[in-house]
Amino acid sequence: MGVIRSFRKNFSNFFKKLFNKKNARIGIYGPPNAGKTTLANRIVRDWTGDAMGSVSHIAHETRRARRREGVTIQSNGGSISLDIIDTPGLATKIDFHEFMEQGMNEAESKRRAKEATEGVIEAVKWLENLDGVILVMDATEDPYTQVNVTVIGNMEARSLPLLIVANKVDLPESSPTTIREAFPQHPMVAISALEGKNIDTFYDEIAKRFG
Amino acid sequence: MIAMQGIQMDLVSEDRLAKMPPVEKIRFILDEVKSGKILVLEKGLTPEEEATLIEMTMTQIQPDDFAGIEMESYPSQTDSSLIGKLFKKNVVRTRLTVIGPANKLKTLKKDRDMISAIVSNK
Repeated sequence: MGVIRSFRKNFSNFFKKLFNKKNARIGIYGPPNAGKTTLANRIVRDWTGDAMGSVSHIAHETRRARRREGVTIQSNGGSISLDIIDTPGLATKIDFHEFMEQGMNEAESKRRAKEATEGVIEAVKWLENLDGVILVMDATEDPYTQVNVTVIGNMEARSLPLLIVANKVDLPESSPTTIREAFPQHPMVAISALEGKNIDTFYDEIAKRFG
Repeated sequence: MIAMQGIQMDLVSEDRLAKMPPVEKIRFILDEVKSGKILVLEKGLTPEEEATLIEMTMTQIQPDDFAGIEMESYPSQTDSSLIGKLFKKNVVRTRLTVIGPANKLKTLKKDRDMISAIVSNK
């Protein structure tokens, strides 16, 4: 079995080199505050020593998509080069009052809300230009959000690979099993992007799904 | 005669939406929801239409006027045929969807086959 797998990998790498295939473009998606940028930072830091963006407990901290090209991940004796796109949190509603509740003044909250709407538009537009998606869910929250349903539906309709990440498993109230049961048709890996828990399994899954 | 007050809820048949091109469909939904109605779509929207609706909603958000929509649909079901795999396009069977203004419709609980929501006119 190992010989066949190795042969397939070498065969695939040969064709990639032959036709100069571009890196797979992988989008990191999810609702606001699921830990997308924390995960993007973890990936980029682990494999390039750099960082991708700032994180905050206030929703919609990432309001512009950030792209990092040529991140090479090594796993199981092989390597895969990806372009990672950290997208703004997807939402169907953005109420500036919620930012005011977090201590921002009205003008600041309205500006953040406006930028957040532009970020959502950008994230939706990116959906059409990807080769795969890492969908980050907060394992302490209900997984059946409309954002999750819409992203999964779009990947299924386009036959593109999807890896679900049940994030924040360092928190005692997290329940990755609930996420697995909600979307059993897709691979899922339970991690803590903040603490790095189970991150090697996550990289193995990336190599398997997007390689 | 006592005038009834409340929130209008329209149950939209599959046939009604099927007659509309995608752009008109999204426009219709957004206009109705912005006017304060709750829509229950018999057959829902395709995932691509849902993404477009989210995108269009973002362009309409105005502080103190319209904060966006609450949309709840069941996970769609995908028929992956050989032809679908070949052309990287699967047939998606959409399911019932509820859409309303974010300030009037709130989802209480949702799972694979059940949506519980509360409608309030605050």
